[in-house]
Amino acid sequence: MKLKSLIRHETFLAVLLVVVLIVLSFQSDRFFTIDNLLNQGRLMTEIGLIAIAMTFVIATGGIDLSVGSILGLTAILTGVFWQNVGLPLPVAATAAIAAGTFAGFVNGVIITRFRVPPLIATLATLALYRGLAEGISQARSVRGYPEWFYVLGQKDVLGVPTQLWILLFAAVVASVILAYTTWGRTVYAVGSNEVASRFSGLSVEKTKLALYTASGFAAAVAAVIFVSRVSTTRSDMGTGIELDAITAVVLGGTSIFGGRGTIIGTIIGLCLIQALKNGLSLAGIKGDGTIMLIGAVLILAILASNLFERSGTRT
Amino acid sequence: MTTTVEATARSRTAPQRPGFFKRLFAEYGQEIVVLAAIVMLFAIVTMVNPRFISANNLTTIFSGNAYIAVAAIGMAMVIVTGNIDVSVGALIGVLATISGSLAVAGYPIWFAWLAPVVVGMAVNAIIGILVAYARIPSIVVTLGALSILRGGLISVTGGTWITDLPPDYLIAQKQIFGLPVPLVFMVVLTLLAAFWMRYTAFGRSLYAIGGNAEAALATGIPIARRTVAVFVIHGAFAGLATILFATQLQVIQSTVPPNLELTVITAAVIGGVSILGGSGTVIGSTLATILFATIGSALIFVNVSAYWLRAVIGLLILATVLADMLRRRGRGA
Repeated sequence: MKLKSLIRHETFLAVLLVVVLIVLSFQSDRFFTIDNLLNQGRLMTEIGLIAIAMTFVIATGGIDLSVGSILGLTAILTGVFWQNVGLPLPVAATAAIAAGTFAGFVNGVIITRFRVPPLIATLATLALYRGLAEGISQARSVRGYPEWFYVLGQKDVLGVPTQLWILLFAAVVASVILAYTTWGRTVYAVGSNEVASRFSGLSVEKTKLALYTASGFAAAVAAVIFVSRVSTTRSDMGTGIELDAITAVVLGGTSIFGGRGTIIGTIIGLCLIQALKNGLSLAGIKGDGTIMLIGAVLILAILASNLFERSGTRT
Repeated sequence: MTTTVEATARSRTAPQRPGFFKRLFAEYGQEIVVLAAIVMLFAIVTMVNPRFISANNLTTIFSGNAYIAVAAIGMAMVIVTGNIDVSVGALIGVLATISGSLAVAGYPIWFAWLAPVVVGMAVNAIIGILVAYARIPSIVVTLGALSILRGGLISVTGGTWITDLPPDYLIAQKQIFGLPVPLVFMVVLTLLAAFWMRYTAFGRSLYAIGGNAEAALATGIPIARRTVAVFVIHGAFAGLATILFATQLQVIQSTVPPNLELTVITAAVIGGVSILGGSGTVIGSTLATILFATIGSALIFVNVSAYWLRAVIGLLILATVLADMLRRRGRGA
């Protein structure tokens, strides 16, 4: 029954995506072109990477609001390590990603060791990490990165935007881990019933610690891609991206209470949001109208899937 | 979340009541911690720079942030019932635009003040119904509402500011009995709400819902209706906060401070409202708002670059949360 309702939500969402794609391609003949679609893939990579990690986090019943700030902090550190400290750019970027991953690890420690609810813990570090980014940068931006660095965010590999390969790779690896490994099962178990999981001998704390660390890592990688895509570093990068990522995850059918959710759902949710953003702007509707529509789609999709599920449970 | 239920039960039924201060600390521990932090901060910064305690600066600290405290009152109630609202920042932006437009368009001033309260209640009634009757988790509903309101705000205003506000409209810049209006609003609303939550059956039922929804239902509390009601009340407070926010300057910007909703949530939580529901007071949330404002002002007075402000606040939030967790654990919770 549970599997059935899962399939239902994602099927429902996939159908919705197809309908949206068809409608949008009638609205503008520039929408359904390979170039445009690939470019949209480029634009959704950063949110995508974060949303994939967020799927795991939310599936355990947690949440990570600090990812946008980790993104900003990592971006600033990349610039500072390279320009002010004078490290070679690859080393600087790696060091910054390590720092961002560590920021995620700190979240995990606060949540597992001190038993602070994830919402509060990451709300606090949201302020802290963004504050560190602002303090370190002193509102100065870093520009003038070497040309080769832009391959990551602005160029193609085999005709597909470089970062889209990274997103695809991450999505495939994450789906396999979540769906087919013992560890993935542990994630669902922790989300469904944490106490029972602990009594079953599952290492609940270790799993959570690993997930928040991974979430920091995903945000950090997204940061370097972001910097490469926009050719500059600013401390306000990634502000609000946590809400976009959570929207994609929840739209994709992951239960905010944990225990349920798939990577494919998240990816469909992402595509749906990006298609709406792009298609509507091509059709001449301003970005603000699109944001409104995404909000409405989020509420309606969850409402619809709730109704499906309830009718399923009754019969 | 059980601690407060136990604590209140204890304070009512225990045969020998523990001493006054012991009870005070058991019930208002977090509030006392925050208050102590404010007092200490004032003492230290005033020693470094006596101008910190000047009337001018105090007005900035208390009046400039009163709207956050007022919004945090409603948020505290919502969180006490075990729900959350991430859309309040965008809502305040929308309400401010509505209110300002009405004032500029020549409607009576009282109407321009009333409108945000009524619209705020209406919007949150919809949110409350979706949470209580359609059973969509509040974080999902309000995430959606956040997008809708934020998008709506930009598409209506197009990013332009509202100027030429009538002088009578700017209530936040006026004084009652020699005190700034926002300060009076903040104190009166906080006390009213605290009293209501502590001593009325309706107010106490919010703790019951957040503490143990099943038990609350079993005792006959109409959870769904109360949930809608609490969101509507929260909407009214958002409307009142809007009045203070919209009238504090000569113009109304089409944007609200970024992450306003998170600031409001943080104020409620640092003030002692458990995010798991069932405990916390609005006195705490107001004190926490004052603490943030004091920190912000203090940094300027001790010559720390304003760019470090958020890092310091973040660190303090973290320290408060960790201290609270250790305190709770110490009590065996």
